[in-house]
Amino acid sequence: MTVEYAFYPGCTAHSTGLEYSLSLHAVADALGIELREIDDWNCCGGAAARSVSNLLGLALPARNIAKAQSRDLSLAIPCPGCFNATKRAQNALSNDPQMRAQLEEIVEFQYEPGLDVKSMHEIFLEPDMLKRLGEALKRPLSGLRVASYYGCALVRDPEIVQMGDHENPVFLDELVSALGAEAVDWSYKTDCCGADLAMTHGKIAAEIADYIVAGAIEAGADCLMASCGLCQVNLEMRQTGRGQKKLPTFYFTELMGVALDLPKRNQWWGMHIVNPKPTLKILRRGGRT
Amino acid sequence: MTLDTSFATAVQERSGQDLAVCYHCLKCTAGCPLSSHMDLKPNSILRMIQYGQRERVLKSHAIWFCVSCMTCGVRCPNEIDISAIMDTLREMAIEAGYAYAAEKKVVQLHEEFVRSIKLWGRLHEVTFYIGYMARSLDILASLPAGLTLLARGKLPFLPKRIKGAKQIKRLYERAYKTKGQLAEEE
Repeated sequence: MTVEYAFYPGCTAHSTGLEYSLSLHAVADALGIELREIDDWNCCGGAAARSVSNLLGLALPARNIAKAQSRDLSLAIPCPGCFNATKRAQNALSNDPQMRAQLEEIVEFQYEPGLDVKSMHEIFLEPDMLKRLGEALKRPLSGLRVASYYGCALVRDPEIVQMGDHENPVFLDELVSALGAEAVDWSYKTDCCGADLAMTHGKIAAEIADYIVAGAIEAGADCLMASCGLCQVNLEMRQTGRGQKKLPTFYFTELMGVALDLPKRNQWWGMHIVNPKPTLKILRRGGRT
Repeated sequence: MTLDTSFATAVQERSGQDLAVCYHCLKCTAGCPLSSHMDLKPNSILRMIQYGQRERVLKSHAIWFCVSCMTCGVRCPNEIDISAIMDTLREMAIEAGYAYAAEKKVVQLHEEFVRSIKLWGRLHEVTFYIGYMARSLDILASLPAGLTLLARGKLPFLPKRIKGAKQIKRLYERAYKTKGQLAEEE
């Protein structure tokens, strides 16, 4: 049976995070999830809007809420940055009457409480979906050691995003285990990647990427697994490889695609900055001995 | 000598955060991924606001190094949302015309980003990045990253405008007034 969601792709879906978008849709199709893109959505404002104007940082995602609220469907958001911005706006609309009135005027809409905003991770981790995943699993990722990288936006502020433990989250590790891979325990899973400071201060971003990757290597990981278009690019592009090997960063949906043996997956690897193919050979060898 | 508390009062009112409950345990500074690069550490900023050091705080590099990762706020034992204070300080720095004083490139990057959304409704990476490079002249440092991404064939060259572009324009007029908010070009 198909499950339907309203869907907010976010800007990186058609650019830096193209392999996330392609793998997400392939996996959703395979598991019977229908993602109905909301009409004429706009950018959530990213980190930049909030940096120059708190009001703009709330108004931009509020317009997307206006587009999605009248449907009966939950809103699925794959990018943690977009998810965070939308949850922040929803929180302001629900709990701050003054801000709500201001946003309603700015965005030209009437807020109706009750829209269920979900991160794509939550949807895949629902018991029914995990069951479907288990049944459709063709190529368990045995032997692959994965460092799940949560970053900031997916888990903080915990009172707003409601994703559980923000210091030591393990929900992505559960997904890794469901795919038959091994989730490593490591200390840098919620450390910030440097976000858009990477574009103006590349050296700082390199320092940050290097210590996050070093933490993953120390824990014995073969790769990182992320879900944010900015984190994934920062981690792959900014790590220097000096004094340590380079690790690829997969989107979680790419690893799902491999485990589901989706034929389209070979289109995704060329979009990475760190070539992930040598890491995938671990699987071809049938795991570690 | 009396202490000028007007700055502290203004920051508290606008951010909705109570500065007086900070007892400088330094958890915010210890957890901040950028604090080692900041001229003023997060806890020092809170103290300096209380001491009325308006200009030093608003002209600091630190407020632009904050990437809103929210590690500080969730670890604060007194539940001060320091990232909300940073949002407030950045807005005040822009309004005071100080935004380009310390970290001009960061501000220009953010301004180009929101300009791209204003124009197209969505971020268009190629024109956004070209716009940033043209304004900051930070081409040598920026170009390799741009080309690396371009070589992956993922970035569309031409932007597309959303249908509701006019509504976005009105949204900007109400939520982000250029006059007085956008720093003047120096």
